[in-house]
Amino acid sequence: MKFRFQRKYLSLPYILFLLFFVIFPVFVILFYSFTNRDGQFSLDAVKLFFSSPEKPGVLLLSLIYAIANTVICLLIGYPIAMILANKKYNKNVVIVMMFIMPMWINFVIRTWATRDLLFWMGINSGNYPEVAVMVGLVYNYLPFVILPLYTTMLKMDKSQIEASQDLGATPAQTFFKVIIPMTMPGIVSAATMVFMPTISSQVIPNILSDYNIMLFGEAIYEAYKTNWNLGSFMSLVMLLFIGVALFVTRKFAKSEEGKRTAIW
Amino acid sequence: MVKKIIAKSYLYFILLLMYLPIFLLIVFSFLSSQTVGFIAEGDHFTFELYVKLFQNAAAMNALLNTMLLAISAAIVSTVIGSLGAIGVFYMRPKAKQVAELATQLPVINAEIVMALSLGILFYVVLQGQPNFVTLMIGHVVLTVAFVYLSVKPKLQQMDPSIYEAALDLGAKPGYALWKVVFPEIVPGIVSGFLLAFTLSLDDFIITLFLKRPGFDTLSTYVENRLRVGLPPEIRSLTTLIFLTAVLVLVFNGFKTKTADKKKLIAHKTEEK
Repeated sequence: MKFRFQRKYLSLPYILFLLFFVIFPVFVILFYSFTNRDGQFSLDAVKLFFSSPEKPGVLLLSLIYAIANTVICLLIGYPIAMILANKKYNKNVVIVMMFIMPMWINFVIRTWATRDLLFWMGINSGNYPEVAVMVGLVYNYLPFVILPLYTTMLKMDKSQIEASQDLGATPAQTFFKVIIPMTMPGIVSAATMVFMPTISSQVIPNILSDYNIMLFGEAIYEAYKTNWNLGSFMSLVMLLFIGVALFVTRKFAKSEEGKRTAIW
Repeated sequence: MVKKIIAKSYLYFILLLMYLPIFLLIVFSFLSSQTVGFIAEGDHFTFELYVKLFQNAAAMNALLNTMLLAISAAIVSTVIGSLGAIGVFYMRPKAKQVAELATQLPVINAEIVMALSLGILFYVVLQGQPNFVTLMIGHVVLTVAFVYLSVKPKLQQMDPSIYEAALDLGAKPGYALWKVVFPEIVPGIVSGFLLAFTLSLDDFIITLFLKRPGFDTLSTYVENRLRVGLPPEIRSLTTLIFLTAVLVLVFNGFKTKTADKKKLIAHKTEEK
């Protein structure tokens, strides 16, 4: 039989790469989560996680930080995105790019810079470690909130806002009943882009609290260094959260593809 | 009018806050102070930190490693991801759906989960040692889906009949892809490459899990200094990185402006 070229064969390296290095590793951690060191089925890792004095607490603390970070970033970022997307206030794309540009400086260096700034202002890991970590998180994730909100707002149907004003809605009513529901896909994708990475953050709390505040990312790394099975199970917990996030975003944002690619 | 002033001031206030840490580093990159923010007696304006930066072998090495890794990972990602996007685009709907779903996984997955699962795959399942290849595979995992997602819209916008036309005119499939399809999707490939490059530059977690001991990128080098203190030279390094980013931004802004003008002129001459 003669080999006949078909265009779909071009995807072979991509498909194989995804199979080996993206999908297969998920099964690897699934396997290691529920086995012991000898490769036998066991719930040791699960028990170890839940009986550990600090690990469930770290997860809870990470969730609290993640919620706080998401809310603060949305509260600061939503008005910014609204102003940026409003032709009356801003016609300059460069201003939009300026909100993204800090992302081009290595984020570990940026976090150090934040630490220096806070230290100069009298906030450090000794007196207010929680404040320092929170500021660092907001600093780092604000661009991730502004970008998807901005792109959704650009696509927003302006005539609906005018219609609600014409029909006698107060500005507050227009905002809560028209603008917020219309930008819901952007809000949801912005929230997941902040919430998930915050839970598993590692560098930002380490640098800003001098290892005094440990979030789930650092806890996974610590577990991984000593016990793969425990590390795998903790990653599986993370995956569970990701699954929920995926489900929620799919429900809200059907055609919101390539949010991060929109910068270029 | 008042509303406009309030809106603008809010915008610039937040921008100021966002850039404040970077500005502080930049100012102190020209001073001989030991600690950022504090000027002791005898501290003065100097370029010393810029000289020291180039003498700091570890930092320069980390910078070089970062660039090498980002360039090689971005090239591999761009090749695999672009070919993948073309191939998947011409698959049957069912297979396409599965491939698209698989592409979503690395986009939404937490970096730490990818890092740990790859670490266990390489070291425990395959009994390997961390090296540059494992690290690069990790970075390709991080970036390849984004290349795919940048190329895909260009394929969708393309007129499907031009490929068929090329075949009808006697081109072999490979030649037609290269001469007809490829030029159409070049902008997507370029933006995919740039995105892959920046994502790789900024990565910390995957690098931490997959690098061999002693190998440092900028991220791991800086993080590692937490216990011993960050060398002041990093201030001058940050200044240089920031300057590069500003230059890219200005250049981009300039380019889009002239492109807009050209379009406008072309449009106007057409009207005539």
